[in-house]
Amino acid sequence: MLELRTKKHLMDGSAKTKVKKKKPYSKYFRENLEYILMVAPGFILTFIFSYIPMFGIIVAFKNIDYKKGIFGSPWNGFENFKFLFQFPDVKIIVRNTIGYNLVFIVLGIVVPVTFAIILSQIRNKLASKFYQTVMFLPYFLSWIIVSYIVYAFLAYDLGLVNKVILAPLGIDPVDWYGKPEYWPFIIILLHTWKTAGYSTVVYLAAITGIDHELYEAASIDGATKRQQTFCITIPSISTIIIIMLILAIGKILSADFGLFFNVPLEQGRLLPVTNVIDTFVFRALRINGDIAMSSAAGLLKSVIGFFLVMVTNKIVKRYDESKALY
Amino acid sequence: MKKANTISKFNQISSFTNAVYHFIFIIVTICCLYPVLLVIGISFTEEDSLKTFGYSVIPKVISFESYAYVLRNSATILNAYKVTIFVTIVGTILSVAGTALYAYAISRKEFRYRKFFTFFKFFTMLFSGGLVPWYLVCTRLLRINDTIWALILPPLISAWNVIIMKTFFATTVPDSIVESARIDGASEFTTFIRIVCPISLPGLATIGLFVTLSYWNDYWTPLMLTSKPNLANIQLYLYNILKNIQMLQDTTNVISQQASGEAIKRLPQEGARMAICVLAIGPIIFAYPFFQKYFIQGLTIGAVKG
Repeated sequence: MLELRTKKHLMDGSAKTKVKKKKPYSKYFRENLEYILMVAPGFILTFIFSYIPMFGIIVAFKNIDYKKGIFGSPWNGFENFKFLFQFPDVKIIVRNTIGYNLVFIVLGIVVPVTFAIILSQIRNKLASKFYQTVMFLPYFLSWIIVSYIVYAFLAYDLGLVNKVILAPLGIDPVDWYGKPEYWPFIIILLHTWKTAGYSTVVYLAAITGIDHELYEAASIDGATKRQQTFCITIPSISTIIIIMLILAIGKILSADFGLFFNVPLEQGRLLPVTNVIDTFVFRALRINGDIAMSSAAGLLKSVIGFFLVMVTNKIVKRYDESKALY
Repeated sequence: MKKANTISKFNQISSFTNAVYHFIFIIVTICCLYPVLLVIGISFTEEDSLKTFGYSVIPKVISFESYAYVLRNSATILNAYKVTIFVTIVGTILSVAGTALYAYAISRKEFRYRKFFTFFKFFTMLFSGGLVPWYLVCTRLLRINDTIWALILPPLISAWNVIIMKTFFATTVPDSIVESARIDGASEFTTFIRIVCPISLPGLATIGLFVTLSYWNDYWTPLMLTSKPNLANIQLYLYNILKNIQMLQDTTNVISQQASGEAIKRLPQEGARMAICVLAIGPIIFAYPFFQKYFIQGLTIGAVKG
């Protein structure tokens, strides 16, 4: 039996190599033509909008002169980067970006996972479904709409907080858009409010997929609900948690543009706590037209993000192959 | 099913915990619903009563004046609405078609180059050239800025959606169906349209919703790539109003202080602004329950690592 299998295996192998020899490259192409046509539109668009810009990173090393074009412009070495790091606000911007993102990563796992576990345990499934549906609502609002809502709460004269909450308590109205000290909390609160619903649904979907017999066996053995949560639920959804974590770490230098740009109404006084790399690059490019600085900052952001994903994935892979992103 | 119920009942949380959980989620529900209800409430409140009583969900004095204002100034708003609707519809159709075709091809094992094309797309999730080269490609190379295509093409095929869709096809489309269609002489395209698409409706609906939502709520692409007012979509229109308000807000700006009296009169009042917000939220909320059924199902499968 064993011999037969090896023989068959050998034959398969030899047949394959024969076929390989017979078929020229163009024949494979023709055989896969339909598939190639299927990927063509996506391939072309991705090439144009994702890959050409990758080659375009040379812009960061050039002194761009529009008349000469990108390739004609003279090389500039690392001057753009030097210039970038001489900019006084860079430290604050990097601190803001990484600081907010670290908080977002922690809350982005703790809050939705907690919510998902609670929703999966609530007895009334109809109520659980209703909560899930309502929690999703903020995800559907654009940051522009959110900035209107926030303005309705925080406006100085008519805002809900000043007029309806603080005034009856006899507290003087607060100039929210002029007080940077409140904004870290406002931004973290808004980010959690807007994204928790979506992530909860993702985690809840993973929890729903867990085999129910595991819980039944555990409860027969006398495990409490809390033990079941920590020994069955969380380990079962750890793969999806880790994948979300790796992707989030890769985006640690990115930011939800609308949250940092529109919601604080672009107030200059709030910049020390709302300026992040993405808003900085946008302002440098679109308002000041400063290609040198914005491209250098953008390149650094991409390279560091790429590096972080690679390292995190490697670390995860060392501990558990199956949980790595790729 | 009944048996499963009795067993799970015995493994239920205590009534007290259950009550606490409900309490937590009632608060969460209020936090999510109240802001939206507030916007709707303000849009139906009479302007003077807003000033005296402040904002509230239930209008003290009901008025439709805000919507009348929107109708009177309908030319710009209507145009913004038209841009949004056109971009959303055309963008969604093209995007779902392109994404599904790409994802289907790389989900088929017979496709010899599927690994290359999978990596080609996946890599864009890990690394990007950054904003500036992208901006130069759009404005200098393609010169699509200030055209309607600037709003449609750049975000057309997202890597994330392709990966979700690929996982979906790989897990829900049985090989045997595709093979039997091939034996019957159907081409790959026919198989895809006649057989694969109908059974993949939940997946297509899921990415359809993602894409619809991102086109509808997109203000970033028009902000980056357009400057013509007739290309402003409804989000950018709202952005521009708010931008004018914030300039007047900025008390450090001397020019704005002088101009504020006159400028404020021209800007839409509180109620009217909220009415435009309601119009911007409206259609998406209507799409919500329709898609919800598919959405969670699609997410579930997309969440399985592929």
